Amino acid sequence: MSPRENPDSGMPGGATSVGTLEPGAAASRSLPGYDPSAPLLEVGDLHVSFPTGDGLVHAVRGVTYRLSSGEVLGIVGESGSGKSVTSLAVMGLLPASAEVSGSIRYRGQELLGRSDKDMSRVRGKGVSMIFQDPMTSLDPVYRVGFQIEETLRSHDRKLSGKAASARAVELLEMVGIPNAAGRVRSYPHEFSGGMRQRVVIAIAMANQPDVIIADEPTTALDVTVQAQILEVLDTALEETGAAMVLITHDLGVVAGVADRVLVMYAGRPVEIGSVEDIYYEPRMPYTLGLLGSLPRVDSGGRERLTPIVGSPPSLVNMPPGCPFGPRCPLHIEDCDKAEPPLIDVGRGHRAACIRTDVVAKAHGDATYVFDETSTDDVLAEEAYPAEVAVSGEAGHDAEASGSPPPSQTGPTVSTQRAGSPTTVTGEQS
Amino acid sequence: MSAPAAESHSVVGTREPILTVRGLEKHFPIRGGGLIRRTVGAVRAVDGLDLDLYPGEVLGLVGESGCGKSTTGRAILNLQPATGGSVRFQGREIVGLNRGQMRPLRRDIQIVFQDPYASLNPRLPVFDIVAEPLIIHNLTKNDKDLRRRVRELVEMVGLNPEHTNRYPAEFSGGQRQRIGIARALALEPKVLVLDEPVSALDVSIQAGVINLLEDLRDRLHLSYLFIAHDLSVVRHISDRVAVMYLGRIIEVADRDELFDHPAHPYTQALLSAIPLPDPRRERERQRIIITGDVPSPANPPSGCRFRTRCQKFAGELTDAQRRLCIDVEPQLEDRGAGHPNACHYAEVTQIL
Repeated sequence: MSPRENPDSGMPGGATSVGTLEPGAAASRSLPGYDPSAPLLEVGDLHVSFPTGDGLVHAVRGVTYRLSSGEVLGIVGESGSGKSVTSLAVMGLLPASAEVSGSIRYRGQELLGRSDKDMSRVRGKGVSMIFQDPMTSLDPVYRVGFQIEETLRSHDRKLSGKAASARAVELLEMVGIPNAAGRVRSYPHEFSGGMRQRVVIAIAMANQPDVIIADEPTTALDVTVQAQILEVLDTALEETGAAMVLITHDLGVVAGVADRVLVMYAGRPVEIGSVEDIYYEPRMPYTLGLLGSLPRVDSGGRERLTPIVGSPPSLVNMPPGCPFGPRCPLHIEDCDKAEPPLIDVGRGHRAACIRTDVVAKAHGDATYVFDETSTDDVLAEEAYPAEVAVSGEAGHDAEASGSPPPSQTGPTVSTQRAGSPTTVTGEQS
Repeated sequence: MSAPAAESHSVVGTREPILTVRGLEKHFPIRGGGLIRRTVGAVRAVDGLDLDLYPGEVLGLVGESGCGKSTTGRAILNLQPATGGSVRFQGREIVGLNRGQMRPLRRDIQIVFQDPYASLNPRLPVFDIVAEPLIIHNLTKNDKDLRRRVRELVEMVGLNPEHTNRYPAEFSGGQRQRIGIARALALEPKVLVLDEPVSALDVSIQAGVINLLEDLRDRLHLSYLFIAHDLSVVRHISDRVAVMYLGRIIEVADRDELFDHPAHPYTQALLSAIPLPDPRRERERQRIIITGDVPSPANPPSGCRFRTRCQKFAGELTDAQRRLCIDVEPQLEDRGAGHPNACHYAEVTQIL
């Protein structure tokens, strides 16, 4: 995918072919406080937690980002890092049991705490979303044409049925569905996974949104189909002039599409910067570790990969200190004192680490910091009851002296470091 | 299990293959909906597949979902009996053997499954999971021997042997996959079929399992049939790579040969579609985008199976040349590219 030219803010540049809609339909996206000159999307200190049997799960712990017009922001992180919950919060789609605080402003309007009815005016029109699984995000009992028309007419009551169906065909053509005029009458099950995702994208772009949030849009797809869908997403952005938040765990996809990248770990942003900063000069050990653990299809050498030992912390009862500390090879005592805030490490580049100076010396080479170990002998913290949220890994587990789970009668938790003499690394010779 | 020094991996051509697959077929019948459920067709999941696996080699088998790569793995192990063709392990035919006849062979060929959450019995502690094959095959002299052996296996896969009294639910996904590997290694197999062993894992965890598999191969002289859809992982771990499309191998070559000089248009499209985690290189690339999805294996296209999506068929060939693609199924053979491929008009192109 070629780097998109930065579209001018506000007016969709080459989107003249899309114009069966009234262009100045801002009325339907305006809530009190709509200010066209305000930043497009601003998320500030967002916290989301879910009450569970084990206690409050803090899925998102202070996410702050700003999205400008025409920009593509990639949010990366492993499963459970809170990247999807963040975007569901923006869309107002979290279950009622979720406790949300902070602020989400779209063009100056606060979205948090809005009624579902208010949010319906923003969803699809101001901010629209593409979900991961195209198999479940379409309604199986309605024809795809109807589902696109429904999106159109819910934001424009004056739109005639005829105009809506013409527009639906036009949208399907735009996302590359062959014989669109005939296919509007098909049901979702008659489409393949890639084709369904195209329909989902057509729905997301139907109302010329300002922001498209794409949550793992290609994860369920094969790689050749993924390449097709990334092209379609590019088309969608060009046609609508929208900015995009692209959530994915695939660092390859982000490298090709994003302008800026936000790396999340344990519910918090741990690094944010331009795509080049993140890939070539990461400052947070976690980012560096992620890059080092990726096998490269474009490299013939048999370099060892550098895994990150251990698992992400449980989001119930987080211990104080850096959440990445227990897995971090640069861990020092100071890391456990307080969770490090995001600090400036360059122009528009921030990282949440107190040892960014050491990470800087790696210049993106993970072997500088990480071991090429092949062991993984520390039990996941999820295995422990909530009150013992810290597992001992690097010998800094003074507060983790809790008893093993009730089912356990065996030996206590080992605190040996990965690569200790009793384990096999295969690298001895 | 002492660890002899790692040997050279370029073994092709110097030795007899340990596993030979010829014309392997696995067809699943499609039954009609009537009272008498007659067979009205077949899903040709694997449809005439040839493979050789050499001792000490890692052969990567890649393809998109539905191409039959997992079915191939299971048919080789006789877990889903093949409907045709031959699989020979050290010269001994496997296809057609019943369960009892398979049992001694199970010691030599083992499998690691994709989903570490589904492939371990949640109600057994890790010790019992790893000990089970040893008990079934009666391989240990006494209880003490069994404990020693399980401990050894658990240490070998990089887990803490003190955790063997715990249950699978207490381990992370990567650790569970290691338990699955320990179980597969319990019988000291010669061949491991690894069916997407890392695709359910997060990348940071996946890297550790890949490193482990590399170490084990070197230490134990194992041969792997490494089934995966992720070409980056396959390039990292394999010595040779076979690319599958709709039940057949369409190109096979040494690892670097395949990635640097792909000859089949499908291999080229596949390599071109992989996003590189390198913004500058990724944005400079010219991408080959093939259209559509994989056709149904119940009704594969005539002639070349890839022609319905082939960029070459659509864009470069003349009508006269296309006739050949429509009428004649290309065989897997060397057409001057230096390695076998199944395209009438194969042409080496550099993609990466």
